[in-house]
Amino acid sequence: MIKFSDVVVRYGAALVPALDGVSFEAAEGRITAVTGPNGSGKSTLIRALIRRQSLERGSIQIDGDSLDSLTPQESARRVAVTPQREEPAFPMTVKEYVALGRFPRLGLWQSPGQTDERAGLDAMKKAGVAEFADRRTDTLSGGEWQRARIARALAQEARALVLDEPTTFLDLAHEMSLFELLHSLAESGMAVLLVSHQLNLVARFADSIVLLHHGRVVGSGTPADVMQAPLLERVYEWPLVVSRDPAIGAPSLVPLRRLSPRL
Amino acid sequence: MIEHRTWHWAAMLLLLMTLCVIAVGTGAIAIAPREVLRAIGGGGDAAVVSIVRNLRMPRILLAALVGAGLGMSGGALQGTLRNGLAEPYLLGVSGGAAVGAVIAFALHAVSEGAIGIAAFAGAASAVVLALLVARAAGAGGRGDPRTLLMAGVVIGAFANAVIMIALANAPANTVRGALWWMMGSVADTSWRSVGTLSLYVLIGGGALVYWAREIDVLALGDEPAAALGVNVEASTRRIYLLSALLAGATVAAAGLIGFVGLIVPHIVRAAGIRQHRPLIAGAAVIGATLVVAADLVARTVRPPGELPLGAVTAVLGVPFFLAQLRRAR
Repeated sequence: MIKFSDVVVRYGAALVPALDGVSFEAAEGRITAVTGPNGSGKSTLIRALIRRQSLERGSIQIDGDSLDSLTPQESARRVAVTPQREEPAFPMTVKEYVALGRFPRLGLWQSPGQTDERAGLDAMKKAGVAEFADRRTDTLSGGEWQRARIARALAQEARALVLDEPTTFLDLAHEMSLFELLHSLAESGMAVLLVSHQLNLVARFADSIVLLHHGRVVGSGTPADVMQAPLLERVYEWPLVVSRDPAIGAPSLVPLRRLSPRL
Repeated sequence: MIEHRTWHWAAMLLLLMTLCVIAVGTGAIAIAPREVLRAIGGGGDAAVVSIVRNLRMPRILLAALVGAGLGMSGGALQGTLRNGLAEPYLLGVSGGAAVGAVIAFALHAVSEGAIGIAAFAGAASAVVLALLVARAAGAGGRGDPRTLLMAGVVIGAFANAVIMIALANAPANTVRGALWWMMGSVADTSWRSVGTLSLYVLIGGGALVYWAREIDVLALGDEPAAALGVNVEASTRRIYLLSALLAGATVAAAGLIGFVGLIVPHIVRAAGIRQHRPLIAGAAVIGATLVVAADLVARTVRPPGELPLGAVTAVLGVPFFLAQLRRAR
């Protein structure tokens, strides 16, 4: 479980903090989605979790232990994170890339053994990249690369998985299969924390949603709690309607056109 | 698969050793390979034994160590700074070392040891300065690889300016000595230099090989590396300092020998080796081979004169590098 308690993060001497007293938890067996407009502090949350940004106040706990009390490798064994930005300097095969997910589980001298190979293979199968395991990372399409990154995170065999905008570059089918994969991972007991702009997909798959605005939590709860038109209109500063999708029963958002009288 | 790899390593080492034997046998007095091997063991004609053991072997071994050190340093830096153009000399190491050496020349230091120490001190100061500049320039004191690279380039440019000012009105002898040193050479080497450099290469190179797996992860980028449990700042700084130490030691021993640190890691990568542990080890062997070969060319093209070693490695390196650039595009 990942728990953020009253987290305040400030970039340099900025007057307004990027995160301002954020508290919520991503529990085991659930998909927790963090959403919000650009610049609302979503990625800062991930940067704080991987220690690229220090906290001005508050704490982050992993399985009840404060992040500060864990070594970076220990936290990487507990939480697998795929950050938004990643560009390997030198191309390698997908298999080699996924194997890097075993880094937190191996000492510097330790060679990857059978367990590590099996974990890599399992991760590639789950993320649907096994069929191009021998291809080089610089030949992958955007969607294939995104899935390879998820495979690397799965190879860490952590109990929690954190993904920052994982559906960028994914087409409809891959987007759906990714969310189904996350759903099954949560069902198997993992804590899945997801940062995403895809409100409709999040509303359909997430167990709980945290809505950020200007670094503050302005809404949290079940998709039905958060997917309220007045709240979302205020946060996104855009007219919209929220209805219940007749086919699946999940809340569904449709942004309206501002200038056209005919929606 | 494993057998295949083993063959690669065996072939690379055999090539290096054969080249070394040929290089020891080549010179004003040609010595057959069999005689070379016998002389190394102390047998055969006393004059041949003396040439082989006291003159040529230290030179060839120093060339090999310089190449190994620069290759490993380059391989580690390119991965850590995530830049295929990174090389030890780009980080101000060469400039700093040259300033140290030129000051030593200007102060009429003549012993090999004094110039070496001055060069090493110069290299170390430049590296520390580059780290401090990067820290001051980087947001919140983080060691951004681009800032580090830029700081190195700036320190290098500053060092070059200092050298030019120092040499502008210097006597001809000082200019000549400094220039020859800046072009790199392994001529007139002693066993002592070989011993000192081998210590640096073993310890510094060994440490880089030990931390190589961190470099694999650092090459993915700051955020993925942090997500995989690497302390990005500490790790980058450690590898930067180790690489600079290695490069500084080679510069102190043989002057500036360009392009080796840049191209050797690319040669190893082109052979399909991408993980940094075998890459750094491979860069040591290929780097050694390249510099021994370049030294052989440098002293046999226009006997009895010698071409500057740094110039030969660059002449061999530039076409290869351009081909790499084209392929990368």
